Amino acid sequence: MGRFHRHDDGTEHEHDHAHDHDQGHDHGGDQASAAALGDHTGYATGGERIQVLERIFGENDRTAAQNRADFAANGICSINMMSSPGAGKTTLLRETLARIAGTVRTGVIEGDIETSLDADRLAGFGAAITLVNTGNGFGGECHLDAPMVRSALPRLPLADLDLVVIENVGNLVCPAEFDVGEYARAMVYSITEGEEKPLKYPVMFRSAQLVLINKIDLLPHLDYDLDAFRSNLRVVNPGVKTIEVSARTGEGVDTWCDWLQAQLTSFRPQAATV
Amino acid sequence: MHELSICGSIADIVARRAAGRRVTKIHVQIGQLRQIVPDTLVYCWSMVSAETQFDGAELVVDRVPARIRCRDCEETTEVGDIPLLVCTACNGISVSVVSGEEFMVTSMDLAEV
Repeated sequence: MGRFHRHDDGTEHEHDHAHDHDQGHDHGGDQASAAALGDHTGYATGGERIQVLERIFGENDRTAAQNRADFAANGICSINMMSSPGAGKTTLLRETLARIAGTVRTGVIEGDIETSLDADRLAGFGAAITLVNTGNGFGGECHLDAPMVRSALPRLPLADLDLVVIENVGNLVCPAEFDVGEYARAMVYSITEGEEKPLKYPVMFRSAQLVLINKIDLLPHLDYDLDAFRSNLRVVNPGVKTIEVSARTGEGVDTWCDWLQAQLTSFRPQAATV
Repeated sequence: MHELSICGSIADIVARRAAGRRVTKIHVQIGQLRQIVPDTLVYCWSMVSAETQFDGAELVVDRVPARIRCRDCEETTEVGDIPLLVCTACNGISVSVVSGEEFMVTSMDLAEV
């Protein structure tokens, strides 16, 4: 006998044993009560329920830890750059390489669904660039995961690098979920995306240690409220550092390069202990 | 859409733990602070599992609301539909996340041997 019921959150499922849920049960527990959630083992169903309690990102996170260890063993500070498509990651990275590639030995892992267009734009600054095409997913993976980054590592001269910038696939949703073994996350947001983006994509905005506010040179030409954006950002990631930049005019790019230098400095003592 | 590749990870976990037994249900917990759409995950699972050893195994999603604890007033509150990290009791922003980041296979039902 099946009982079909719908939970408050819209999920529904069928219980193939006879009991009702009149007494209501808590599906909102914390980790400690995870084992008890939906536990109907007291009812004879013929089958068996086994406890699993395994994190779904466990495999990705183990590979991310290996990447992190490899970066650290080579004294490399790695930065995961994330943004929506067209926010200006590649242009900003170009400006960045033009300023730092002479002094900071830099590698770039370029995530792109199909093409090498972005990687091509970064050539010529003396940085080591490798491309990860994510096109073999179902219509192209929308993010880089730790195994993809791992596959790129042998193509970089790790022993000769200080900094590796991982340019993630342009997407405000998926990349936030995947630890790739980075030391820090920087997000490139552009003001043409509107003030409300932090509220629509809180997971991404919350996961960044730095939010670059790009295309700031367009401010006089747009109906854009920078204070409203900052207050939206503040409620999803209180205290996050921001830098106003324009990859086009160069405004703020030196400040961003200083931030990168600060990451290199703060990373080194940590790397030494690994 | 990363739900499709995530289903691959779920299949790996389930295959290892089921050790060849037929699986009827897989219980998954998804916290509100995860950027994972339960309906999409269930849909992708039906595609990924079709014509495999997990064909017919139902993916059951338990959503876990995000709760935060305020360091100022020490209240623990649930965030709203938009997960603002602001204490709903005192509007403080010095908060820590108590729940909502879960993403795990909690248990699974195996058919009678």
